Amino acid sequence: MPQADSTGFADLDALLPRLGALGALDAAALEEAHVALLGRKAGVLMLAARSVATLPLEQRKAYGAAVNALKRRFEDAFAARRDALDVEHRRRTAAGLDLTMPGRGRWIGAVHPVSRVVDEILGIFRELGFSVALGPEVETEWYNFLALNFPPDHPAMEMHDTLYLDLPPSGEAPGGGELLLRTHTSPVQIRTLLASRPPVRVVMPGMVYRKDPFDASHAPGFAQIEGLAVDQGISFVDLKATLAHFARRFFASTTRVRFRPSFFPFTEPSAEMDVECQLCHGAGCAACKHTGWMEIMGCGMVHPNVLANCDVDPERYTGFAFGMGPHRIAMQRYGLCDIRLLYEGDVRFLRQFGPAAGSAR
Amino acid sequence: MNVSLRWLEAFLRRPLDSQDVVEKLAMLGAPVDMVQPLHLDLSPIVVARVLDVAAHPNPKMTRVRMTLVDDGSGEPVAVACGAANVTAGKLYPFARVGTRVPGGKKGPVEIGARSIGGVTSHGMLCSLDELGLGSDSDGIWELAVDAAPGTPLLDIIPLADERLVVDVTPNRADLLCHKGIARELSYAYATPFRLPPIPGAERLDVPPARRAGAEATVGGVRVAIEDTGGCPRFLGAVIRGVTVAPSPDWLRRRLEAAGVRAISNVVDATNYVLLELNQPMHAYDVSRLRGPGIVARRGRAGERVVTLDGTQRAVDEEMVVIADAGGVIGVAGVMGGAESEVRSDTRDVFLECASFAPARIRRARRALGMSTEASYRFERGVDRWAAADALRRGLELLLTLTGGTLAEAPVDLWPAPSHPPRIFLRLSRVAQVLGVELSQHAVEKYLVAIGATVVAKPEDGRLAVDVPGWRPDLVTEIDLVEEVARLHGYDAFPTELRPFRVGALADAPAHVAAGMVRSGLAGLGLLEVSTLPFVREGSNASVRVENPLSAEDAFLRERLLPGLVREAERNWAARTRDVRLFEIGTVFARGGAERPAETTHVAAVLTGAVEPPHWSAATPADSDVWELKGVAERLVALAYPSASIQVEGAAFVARAADGRIVGWAGPLSADAPPWAAPLFGVEVALDPAPRQAPQYHALPTTPSSDRVLALLLPAGATAASVIAALRRAGAPLLETVDVVSDYRGADLPAGTRSVAFRLQFRAADRTLAAGEVDAVEVRLLAALQDMGIRRRGGTAAATGSSGEA
Ligand SMILES: [Zn+2]
Repeated sequence: MPQADSTGFADLDALLPRLGALGALDAAALEEAHVALLGRKAGVLMLAARSVATLPLEQRKAYGAAVNALKRRFEDAFAARRDALDVEHRRRTAAGLDLTMPGRGRWIGAVHPVSRVVDEILGIFRELGFSVALGPEVETEWYNFLALNFPPDHPAMEMHDTLYLDLPPSGEAPGGGELLLRTHTSPVQIRTLLASRPPVRVVMPGMVYRKDPFDASHAPGFAQIEGLAVDQGISFVDLKATLAHFARRFFASTTRVRFRPSFFPFTEPSAEMDVECQLCHGAGCAACKHTGWMEIMGCGMVHPNVLANCDVDPERYTGFAFGMGPHRIAMQRYGLCDIRLLYEGDVRFLRQFGPAAGSAR
Repeated sequence: MNVSLRWLEAFLRRPLDSQDVVEKLAMLGAPVDMVQPLHLDLSPIVVARVLDVAAHPNPKMTRVRMTLVDDGSGEPVAVACGAANVTAGKLYPFARVGTRVPGGKKGPVEIGARSIGGVTSHGMLCSLDELGLGSDSDGIWELAVDAAPGTPLLDIIPLADERLVVDVTPNRADLLCHKGIARELSYAYATPFRLPPIPGAERLDVPPARRAGAEATVGGVRVAIEDTGGCPRFLGAVIRGVTVAPSPDWLRRRLEAAGVRAISNVVDATNYVLLELNQPMHAYDVSRLRGPGIVARRGRAGERVVTLDGTQRAVDEEMVVIADAGGVIGVAGVMGGAESEVRSDTRDVFLECASFAPARIRRARRALGMSTEASYRFERGVDRWAAADALRRGLELLLTLTGGTLAEAPVDLWPAPSHPPRIFLRLSRVAQVLGVELSQHAVEKYLVAIGATVVAKPEDGRLAVDVPGWRPDLVTEIDLVEEVARLHGYDAFPTELRPFRVGALADAPAHVAAGMVRSGLAGLGLLEVSTLPFVREGSNASVRVENPLSAEDAFLRERLLPGLVREAERNWAARTRDVRLFEIGTVFARGGAERPAETTHVAAVLTGAVEPPHWSAATPADSDVWELKGVAERLVALAYPSASIQVEGAAFVARAADGRIVGWAGPLSADAPPWAAPLFGVEVALDPAPRQAPQYHALPTTPSSDRVLALLLPAGATAASVIAALRRAGAPLLETVDVVSDYRGADLPAGTRSVAFRLQFRAADRTLAAGEVDAVEVRLLAALQDMGIRRRGGTAAATGSSGEA
C-alpha cells in the first residue's frame, strides 16, 4: 500500500498546471472544470479533502492543510475567471457586436481540378523515387510512333487518330518526319532515354491531342501522365508492385487492383490496370458498366526495340512504362458526368476546388 | 468482333455462362465491351399443335379461320388465325394470353383474349416476323421438329443467344474468329475444343487440294499468281450445279448472332468461314468470267472495276487485283467486283481462298477509302498455313447447302511454301523480364496452349518454339515472354515492392516554375482554367493544323488571352460579374526552324470587384488599372522573375533583363453585357530557367529615421522618375521610398499634383542624427529642383525615428 505522504502530495502537485489553464477557458469549459475539480460528488479536491480523515493521525494535519490551501487557490481562480468572462460578455453586448456575423471574405483562388489530380499523382511517384520530365507537344512521327515501335503500315497506327501540322516534314536527327501534335506523352520516354543513362525513373505529365470531337466523354486534347523506369533487374513484378502501391495511395489503402493483358506497341508484356470501382466497390454499377472495375491506366514492360532505338542495351536493361489520363481520373474522383466542364472557365465550377470550400460559417 | 455464345458452346461442347466468359476473356486480354441478349424475349413462347381448323362462323370473315389448339395446358383453346398455311396436325409457335411477342417492325405486342367477328380468340399462332426473326416468310412458322405441345420454343430451337462484342487489340488477328476465341476459352476452362459439325456434311468427302506452283487449271478455269509478293498463296475450286437459295435456319441464326445479315447460301457459306476461321473467301459466277481463267496480279494504271457496293473504283499498281481476260474483277482482299458476282441464277461457282500481304491490303483499302470484313482481317494477318483447311470447310458448307458437286480436287497455288517462324526462348529471359522463375514445364505448357510447338529440348536453356500460323504477332522472343505471362495469369505475379535505384534526374525546372506560378496565382484569389490550343483564325506566324476537326480548330493559338476573354464572356453569359481567371498553357508560332516555337505562357483576366462585398463596408471597388498592375507585378515575379513591368502607352509590358518583351498587361475589349465591369488581362512567358534561391540580407541593428516629403509634380513628371532621382541623390543613407498619396486639387498651382513620399533613412553602423538626415533632405530637394519639382507649401513633414518601417 502506497504511503499517503508521498502519493497524496504528488497528486496535489499534478493539479497545479490546471490552475494556470483556467484563464483560457470559455464559460462552458470553465463549468466543466469546476465540476471535475470542486464538484461536491466527485471533484478531485473534494475527494482528497474527504480522504484526510482516513489517514494516520500524524499525517492528517499537513496533508489536510495542503488540500485546503489548494482548494482555496482553485476557488479564487474560478471566481476570477468567472468575473473576467462576465465583464467581456457585458462589454461586447454593450458595443452591439454580433460575432456570428460573417467575416471579411477574400476571393477564392483554386488550382484546376486536373492540376490537382496531376500534382497528387506526381507526388506519389516522387515518393517512389521518380522525378518529373517534360517534352514538347509538337512532335515528329519518329518520336511519336516509329521510335515507340509502332510498325509503319500496321493497323496499330490507327489506335491514335492523329492531328498533323500543315508544315514541311522535319529533317532533324534523330527522328525527323511529319510534324504532328503528340497523341500521347510516350515520346518523352524516348527523349529521356536519349538524354540520360539508366537508372532512369521519371514521370512525364503533359497535354496530348487526338482528332476526337468533343462530347460528354471525349475531348480533342487531354492531359496524360507517362511513367518510365529503366534499370538492370526491373521486372514485371516491379511494374505491378509500383502501380498497385500507387493505386492504394491514390485511392484507398484497401483498394483492389487487377492487371489484364493488353496491347501497346511500345511495351511487352503490356497490361491494363483496373482498380475497384470507387462508387460501388466492386459490386457493379452503371459507372463501371457493371464490371466492378474502372480502367485506370495502360502499362507494360518497355519493348526491347524501344530501348534499342534509344541506344540502351535491351539485354542488360529492362524497364516498365505506364500512362494514365488525369482528366478521366478527375471525372471519376469528383463525379463529373461531362468532360467539357474541365475545359470551361465557369467560376461557379472552378471555385468548388478552392481551399476551405464547404467549411462552416 | 461480334461473337455468338452458342457458337462458342458448339466449339467447346459445354454450356457457357456469359458473365464468366466475359471475366475469363478479360483476364486473357480480350475485353468484352458489351453482352447483347438475342431472342431471350421468346422464352414465353411455347410449341402448340393445331388440332382442328374451321371456317369462321361469320361467312364474311373469309380470311380468318378458327382453330383449336393444344398448347400443352390440357384444355384445347380456340384461336383465330389469319394465315393461309395453318394446317391441322402441325406444330407452330404459340403465344398464350398474357404473354408478349417481340413483333417485327411494329414493335412488341401484348397478347389478350380478343373478339374477332364475335368469336373470342385466346392467344396467337406466330409468324417469324411476329417473333422478330425476319420478315421474309408468309404465314405462320411451321415447326419442322417433333416436340410435345407446351414445350418452350427456345428449348427445341436454339434461337436464344448472347452476342459478345469483343474488343480485339490490333495484334491479335487470331481473335477475329470464333475458333480463335474458342482456343482461348479452351485453355481457360481446361477443356478441348473442335470445329462444330456442319449438319448434313457428315458423308461428304472433299478431296485434298492439289499443290501447284504459280499456275494450274481447276474445273476448266485456269488460275495463276503473277504477283507472288502480294499473293503468296491462292487456292480455288469449282462447284457445278449449285442452287442459289436462302440458307437453313441454323446458319442464318449463327450469322445473325455474329451481326452479319444472311444473303444467300453461297454468300452465307463464305461469311460463315470468315467468322469461324478468320479466312475471307470469295465466290465467282464461272459463267460471267471472261476468257479462260483468272489471275492474281498487280493493278495497272487506268484500270477500273465496279465493286460489289456498286461503286466504280480506279486501281493502281500497288494493289493486288483479281483479273480475267476482260480486266479487273475484284480488288484482292478488299472487295469483289459486281461483274462476276454470284446471282440467283448462278449455276457454277469458283471459290477463291487466298493469302494476301497485309501491308499491301492495308495500302489498297486506304487508297480506296474503305474497310471491309475481309480487308480488316487481311491487314492484321490471316493464317496462310490454314488456307487449305479453310477451303475444305467452305466447300463442305457450299456442297451441303447448294446441292452442287465438286468439279475436281481444288488447286493450291503456293509458289514458295514456307513455315511459320521459329523463335528461341531463354528461360533466363523469362525470369529477367517477369521477375519470377517459371519452370520449363510450365513455360512449355503455356506455349503449347497457344498452339506453338516446342521442338527442341534446351541444352543451353533455350527452347526452340515453332509458333502457330494464326499468330502473326509472335515474331521475337519478347512476344513469347508476353504469352507466358498472359497464360500464367497477370494476377499470379506477386506485387511486392522490391528495392530500386532512384533516378539521377532533377525535376524539370519548367515544371517546378509552373507549379510555383500556379499556387502563387491561386493564392491571389484567381481560378485556374485549362483550355485547348485550337483557334479559328491565325496570323502569318500561326501554325495550321493540316486535318483539323473543324474550321473552328484550324490553327494553334499564339496567345492565351483570347481564350481567357472567351471564358470571361462565358461567365458573363451565366450572369457572373466578378471573374478572376488564370491559365498556364502552351502557345505555338512558326519560327525560323523546322519545328514551330513552343512556349509556355501564363495569363490572367480580371473583371469585377477586387474583393467580395462585406456588410461592414460599402460596395467594394471594381478591378482597375492598379489592381491589374499589382496582379501583373506578382505574376511577372512568379513567371519571369528577372523581368520588370514598364509603362507602354496605356498599357504595360514586361521586359526581360536583356530588353526583350516577355509579357503584356492592359485593358481588354470583349463582348460584355452593359452591367459588366471593365476587363483587364496580363500574359507573360514562363521563364523555364531554374529559380534563384532567395537572398538573405542581415536585419538592421540600428534604428531608421523616417520622413514624409510632399512634392509638387508638374505635368509630365512621373512618380517613377521622382523615385529614381530620390534614390540616386539619397544614396547611401536612403533605404526605402514609398508613395503615400497623390493629391490633385484646385488649391494647387495649375497643372501640378502633390505626391507624398515616405522616405526611410538608415546607416548600418550608427544611429542617424537629425542633422544628418536634414542634410540629405536638402540634397534631395536640390536634385529635384532640376526636374522642376519642389516641396509642397514648403512644410516639412518630419517624424521621429523608430526601429520599424
Ligand atoms: Zn461501379
